[in-house]
Amino acid sequence: MSAPNKSYDPVEVEALKPEVVEAARDEALAAFAAATSLDELKQAKVAHTGDRSALSLANREIGALPPHAKAAAGKLIGQARGAVNQALAKRQGELEAERDARVLVEEAVDVTLPYDRTPRGARHPLTTLAERIEDTFVAMGYQVAEGPEVEAEWLNFDALNLGPDHPARSMQDTFFVRAPDGSADSGVVLRTQTSPVQARTLLDRKPPVYVVCPGRVYRTDELDATHTPVFRQVEGLAVDEGITFADLKGTIEQLVSTLIGDGLELRWRPSYFPFTEPSAEIDLQCFVCRGESVGNPDRPCRTCGSEGWIELGGCGVVNPRVLVACGVDPDRYSGFAFGLGLERILMNRHNVADMRDMVEGDVRFTLPFGMEI
Amino acid sequence: MRVPLSWLREYVDLPAGETGRDVAERLVRAGLEVETVEQIGGDLKGPLVVGEVLSIEELTGFKKPIRHCWVNVGEANGTGDPQEIVCGATNFAVGDKVVVVLPGAVLPGPFPIAARQTYGHTSAGMICSARELGMGDDHDGIIVLPPEYEPGTDAIELLQLVDEVLDIAVTPDRGYCLSMRGVAREAAAAYGLPLADPALLDVPPANSFGYLVKVNDPAGCDRFVARTVVGIDPAAKSPIWLQRRLQKAGIRPISLAVDITNYVMLEVGQPLHAYDKQRVDGPITVRRAEPGESLTTLDGVKRTLSAEDLLICDNSGPIGLAGVMGGASTEILDPAAGPGTTEVIIEAAHFDPVAIARGAKRHKLPSEASKRFERGVDPEAARAAAQRAVDLLVLIAGGTAEAGVTDIAAPHPVRTITIAADLPDRVAGTGYGRETVTRRLQEIGCSVSGADVLEVTPPTWRPDLTDPYDLAEEVIRLEGYDNVPARMPTVPPGKGLTEAQRTHRRVGVALAGAGFVEVNNYPFVGEASFDALGLEPDDRRRRTVTLVNPLNDEEPGLRTTLLPGLLGALRRNIGRGNTDLAIFETGTVFLPKDELSVAPRPAVDRRPSAEELAALDAALPHQPRRVAVALAGERLPSGWWGKGSAAGWADAIEAARAVARAAGVELDVRRGQLLPWHPGRCAELVVAGTDRVVGHAGELHPRAVKALGLPERTAAMELDLDLLSADGAVRVDGPPVSGFPVATQDVALIVDAAVPAAEVEAALRAGAGELLEAIRLFDVFTGEQVGEGRKSLAYALRFRAADRTLTADEASAAREAAVAEAVARTGAVLRGA
Ligand SMILES: [Zn+2]
Repeated sequence: MSAPNKSYDPVEVEALKPEVVEAARDEALAAFAAATSLDELKQAKVAHTGDRSALSLANREIGALPPHAKAAAGKLIGQARGAVNQALAKRQGELEAERDARVLVEEAVDVTLPYDRTPRGARHPLTTLAERIEDTFVAMGYQVAEGPEVEAEWLNFDALNLGPDHPARSMQDTFFVRAPDGSADSGVVLRTQTSPVQARTLLDRKPPVYVVCPGRVYRTDELDATHTPVFRQVEGLAVDEGITFADLKGTIEQLVSTLIGDGLELRWRPSYFPFTEPSAEIDLQCFVCRGESVGNPDRPCRTCGSEGWIELGGCGVVNPRVLVACGVDPDRYSGFAFGLGLERILMNRHNVADMRDMVEGDVRFTLPFGMEI
Repeated sequence: MRVPLSWLREYVDLPAGETGRDVAERLVRAGLEVETVEQIGGDLKGPLVVGEVLSIEELTGFKKPIRHCWVNVGEANGTGDPQEIVCGATNFAVGDKVVVVLPGAVLPGPFPIAARQTYGHTSAGMICSARELGMGDDHDGIIVLPPEYEPGTDAIELLQLVDEVLDIAVTPDRGYCLSMRGVAREAAAAYGLPLADPALLDVPPANSFGYLVKVNDPAGCDRFVARTVVGIDPAAKSPIWLQRRLQKAGIRPISLAVDITNYVMLEVGQPLHAYDKQRVDGPITVRRAEPGESLTTLDGVKRTLSAEDLLICDNSGPIGLAGVMGGASTEILDPAAGPGTTEVIIEAAHFDPVAIARGAKRHKLPSEASKRFERGVDPEAARAAAQRAVDLLVLIAGGTAEAGVTDIAAPHPVRTITIAADLPDRVAGTGYGRETVTRRLQEIGCSVSGADVLEVTPPTWRPDLTDPYDLAEEVIRLEGYDNVPARMPTVPPGKGLTEAQRTHRRVGVALAGAGFVEVNNYPFVGEASFDALGLEPDDRRRRTVTLVNPLNDEEPGLRTTLLPGLLGALRRNIGRGNTDLAIFETGTVFLPKDELSVAPRPAVDRRPSAEELAALDAALPHQPRRVAVALAGERLPSGWWGKGSAAGWADAIEAARAVARAAGVELDVRRGQLLPWHPGRCAELVVAGTDRVVGHAGELHPRAVKALGLPERTAAMELDLDLLSADGAVRVDGPPVSGFPVATQDVALIVDAAVPAAEVEAALRAGAGELLEAIRLFDVFTGEQVGEGRKSLAYALRFRAADRTLTADEASAAREAAVAEAVARTGAVLRGA
């Protein structure tokens, strides 16, 4: 590029002569019009509007002109470049439209080809069901507590008002751990219920205590369609001043509403557990037949066995003797506790016919449940 | 307890239209667990009548005996003529009264009856067996009725074939409901109807000339009533009504005396025992067993007795295991096998529940009697029960009740419970009021006095009522749980899940997200599980917590590793045709402590001491939480897009990294060596910056793979989650993100094949210094160019400064420093240098 020079005559600059500029413009317009694809147009664009195109080179010469000549030359080049850019944009639009109409169609693939290259995983529905129940209680303000599966007999039974000769002790078929001397008197069992976590919690924390305890428990049942020797419970415990049976009812109703839905009747049946008094079994109205299968052999219900009710679990007001054994003042505090069998809830909530499917680990059973239920 | 509705109605005048289901519903709401309501003879339809066998012609030429009979069925067939019937049974004779079903009837099944041609004759109906009538599966023989019934009499009514039976699972606190009397009491309360108490009988007072009984252990036996009946007709049989009631209640009729004791037990709840008086040698003594004594019980088993066993004895020694089972030597004799019993002693006693429970458990002899004594029997029912049995023996067997009445009773303190009248209100969270509380307690048989504070004496049949809360429960139960209001407690604000709980969830989500499917396996293992893994005989993992009573004798131990269960699940899946598998499990393992101890049994009337609590925990094994994965088949599937890749050791290690990432822990991987992993393909997983080994991952040893029947190259990982997160949660500081350009430099290093890539990378990182932003191994190459026993590792290094654009010289200098460190630490040679 030349330096500005007052004596420099624009007319003498070849590239800025109007006929040369117009020729360059026309050449560009022709090249754009001749482009038949976006690629060709891109090449024409580089050739006619790029740094080394005739119009760009001409534009640079303007800087060297004396001030009085700059305006006219600038106008000349500006008009030419404007026309070129306009033609380019127009042709670009035309060719893109054509591509959209033709080329993209030609590029079509079969999107229905199965594309399942990422392996699928899933969490076990009993795990996620326990979490859902935990979350319901955590939202109410409860803590989640855990305890060991191999448990001291004292915590599994004695502390829960099940003395050594209590008839209920033989109701729960217990796995006993062998003592160091080979005898059965180790004082250690596979816990038959999650209730020892209640005792542990009360020994561990001062009231008010609001905890929910999920976990595996063990009984010497053979595996069949409705029993498994290793199963899961969720235990809940509230110990505070002024806790009553009414609080228990409200809490269970809230859980059922969250877990299963509204509009189903609950039946509270008096029952017996040594660690609660009064004790109740909670039955939920069968949500499949809503009780209409009862005494109606034409419409049997597999879900409830035509009983109309589904057992959810047991509960009650904590027996003051349990509070005493755990060092809690029964004159000041009272509590409620409940225990729910997760397998049964899963069977009912998700129409699982056979409990064996939950324990055998067949991936075809677990996969549909995904990450949460 | 099986309760026939027809029998229950004898004590409570239930509304006529009330069905078994209706009654069950009421009882359920009062706290009795009615498991089933059985419809007996629901599909039965007559005519079913008494018939008299007039003639029997034995047909020959058939494979089995066949009889052609003429039977008088009175007017039941409409004509009064004898009925022609072909029958395959032979246990009846001409003149016997039998049960005949006529054409048009329907037997349980349902099994419609029609006249038909068979064995060359017409058979217009059937002579019935007990099984065909749904009276029990005991025998196939024809029912032969007592001779007094008239031909043509309706047998449905006679045999009480149509009924409903409520099967009630009695909870341990309600021993009194193991009787018709107890269930009737609950039914009466539920319907608000009066109860006709079968134990309200006139009983003569005790006197001094009853059978001689000595109770040497009044703690074990606080009541012993004995009565004697003589002159019994040994051939007398239980009448049909009695047999039917026993059958419906689930007890098999045996002989009249035994049937009567069983019947009274069902009726009143008092277990009775009948001795053949002529076989009892001298006075009866109740005492504990002496060393070396034995007793042959009614079931024919000779039992060695323990010093704790409570016995009934005579001069010959033990003649019964008190409250559990009688002895064979004084058993009522079967008249079919010789001279039958003509004189009996009826025992109605009350034994200590604990002594009976332990005895039944020790001898593995749970009996109808022990079941009741364990749960508590009404000690005041003994006299009435004995009287009832005596009455029945006199009435049915033609016996004579002797005047002697033995009744030995240890003094029974009157139990009085003091209860605040508003306790039920406070427990339930509602307002019943004192009047309701008093009325409900009276309904269950308590006597009640007082105002704001009530003095309550529970009835003798409710030994379970011992404290005020027991009484509160009764009131709330009878008022109905459905009538307790529902309300929510005010829970103080919670803190949500703990870090450990959140970590456990994240681990599950991470693995499932990475394509693993969760399984839950039983924790039971045996020697074979460890043998299959190929563990050495002295491997620590063979030392298990062992069960006394395992489900399967071959698997008495609890797992010390998740692998046996997990690999079992893998094999099960493969066996079912699921071939490309990635599964995981989280759960506890059970590791016995070095020093084994026995857990104490502290008292329960107070909080245990700190030492006692420590001793409880010391007796438990370590129970850390683990996670494990197993993989087989293709990890990434082949498909139309091209070839996939087989699952292998690297996937197992990657799973460990996914777990560690979810736990917020950085993991170092070292070469490891632990069975059941392949010795050359096993990684030891270490928490970065520590020496804490948290697990292993890699390909399984080919021997283990073979022993377990798994596909070749099966891979697995197991890691201890508690150890992994032992340092607690680390709070991540947000890194400064530099906006200056990156300078990328590649470097290829040749090292000995045995040098771990992790060491080379660590050296490069250390040498490159702060400017290094990231490092990635993008190729591993072996071959002639790099030389035998050598490998080439190609890395891409990304350099960036926080405060300036790096010059080419700076980046190169950092790369050279990185290489120099790798050369120094690992003997690497720069490729192409
Ligand atoms: Zn249903």
